[in-house]
Amino acid sequence: MTETKPSFSLKSLSGDTHTFPGDGPHLVVFVKEDCETCNTAAPVVEALHKAYGEKLRVLMPGQSGADNAALKERHGLMFPILDDTSCKTSFDWDIEIVPSVFWIDANGRVRSHFEGFVREEWERLSADLARSLDVPQAQIDWASLPAWRPGCGSKHLYPEIYDKLRASAEGSVIQARRIDIAPADDVIEFMFDQGFSDGLPLVPPTPERVLRMLEGTHRPAQDLVATVPPNMGEATVEKIAINAVMAGCKPEYMPVVIAALEAVCTDAFNIHGVTATTMGAAPVIVVNGPIRDRIGMNKGLCALGSGNRANATIGRALRLIVGNVGGGKPGGVERSTLGNPMKYTMCFAENEERSPWPPLHVERGFKKEDSVVTVFAMTGGPVHIVDQESRKPEQVAGSIGLGLEGVFLPKLRNLPIDALLVVCPEHIDTLMSEGDYTKDRLRARIQEVTRRPLSEMVADETSGAGIPKATAEKMGAGKLKTEVPKFAGPEYIHIVVAGSDAGKFSSAFHGWATGEIGSQSVSRKIDLG
Amino acid sequence: MTTILDPTDERKPVVRQITPRAGALTGTVGLLDIRKPRGNVLLDELERQLTTAVPGITVKRYSKPTFTKPCPDDLRREIAGEVDYVVEALAD
Repeated sequence: MTETKPSFSLKSLSGDTHTFPGDGPHLVVFVKEDCETCNTAAPVVEALHKAYGEKLRVLMPGQSGADNAALKERHGLMFPILDDTSCKTSFDWDIEIVPSVFWIDANGRVRSHFEGFVREEWERLSADLARSLDVPQAQIDWASLPAWRPGCGSKHLYPEIYDKLRASAEGSVIQARRIDIAPADDVIEFMFDQGFSDGLPLVPPTPERVLRMLEGTHRPAQDLVATVPPNMGEATVEKIAINAVMAGCKPEYMPVVIAALEAVCTDAFNIHGVTATTMGAAPVIVVNGPIRDRIGMNKGLCALGSGNRANATIGRALRLIVGNVGGGKPGGVERSTLGNPMKYTMCFAENEERSPWPPLHVERGFKKEDSVVTVFAMTGGPVHIVDQESRKPEQVAGSIGLGLEGVFLPKLRNLPIDALLVVCPEHIDTLMSEGDYTKDRLRARIQEVTRRPLSEMVADETSGAGIPKATAEKMGAGKLKTEVPKFAGPEYIHIVVAGSDAGKFSSAFHGWATGEIGSQSVSRKIDLG
Repeated sequence: MTTILDPTDERKPVVRQITPRAGALTGTVGLLDIRKPRGNVLLDELERQLTTAVPGITVKRYSKPTFTKPCPDDLRREIAGEVDYVVEALAD
């Protein structure tokens, strides 16, 4: 064995500092006071110390804080018990089990290492030490000792300790600035004061929580996922994980959050404009594919909120990243007149199993087995479309069309504006009651029932919005008789299925400016590694 | 002590910033006695020196019920609403 071990400097129970390596050979034994096997080994270590102590430096890092003293007293130990309560040395030495025994020669090389209590190993160690140090063998009644006893797990491997040690270790993947919060400060209040919050309390992003969050993705912590407007802040996987912790995410949500961020940070989606507009737009995230069930997303009862952790926190994490990494904060670049509750969070899964149609992601060119996020910039909704009476497909499709009249303003038509329609299962059943009723047919029906002559769009005393009077006069009566539908084309009508089996209530999200000057919906495949 | 990781792009320092300094002393100065013994002696002298050095200012005196506990919210609001500056005196 030619391995060497890291240096340490630990205090004994009397407060003296003991440094490793020192002069000569060493016997270093890691123990935990409440470990039965450590209590079996301790008198043996004392006997070795008594026999070889003049030529062998015996050190015992103890993981049990004040209880280290009890171990010393119980066994009358005369060598230094060192305080490794923080378990940092145990971590650095990479042990797994206590007792963990290292015989290290004068050159710092590990001559022998074993764990737990296998009597033969201890006996051999004693003989080897005697031979190596050229002293008589220690007098130990080996027959009175158990032949074999398993050790206990080293305390540094307890999850709450291990993650902390990992986060602070040299070479840790954590590179974000560390903020020490004074004991007198309330952590939650501190985060409010620093402006990290969306107005609701945040989960403190401690290094150990962030490390656990990073385990949710195969991507390295320092991978750059996106530059986030308006400040063009760099969203590394680590920064995303920090905000995901604050939002309350589980690690397995990370791939969805990453994909959603990639989607909104495209030129097509234009998160800068979505954040800045006085109209109050917010990203609406729709999740498709197998990941929905794997991470427990809600696609059924209450799919649009509230009560599901994945739905709630994925949407929230995205918003926190835009605010914290991108700097898009209300009063800064975020200039919404009224704001919008979707700015806290808006994320749901499509109920593909209850849909007769190809799911949204398949419609957009992905495979059914792909997991995909699609983001829409929406300013209003969900606005419910209530029709409990229609029993014919064309009737319920007609009602859905009429329910979309309110996008922007009922009198405005021919809008190049997106709408995201969420059809509920009972309306689906009615649509399908006489055979297949395709999405395109539903889109056509929406356009059909919303057709009105342009004359109804002319500004008047009821509403000054629409076609200015002077323009209308130039158009002439003939042109004003032209009928136009609500949307400039059927492609502006996006359709998904969600919700529970009971209730004839579909719903719609109303869009913001669509197209190159506004925002176009974007789909991203979720990278599951 | 709790350590958290910075969720921002780290372009701004995360420290408690001091309130911007006005550059001149005008208006009302509040003197808050936290009720440590002889705090009043310190504040009496401070009031004397302030009103001599800056004749135009108004001084208002406040006292916490006890130095052992945080300032009550009502008193904090009262002070914040009435003064432009506040000096909190620790004494013994």
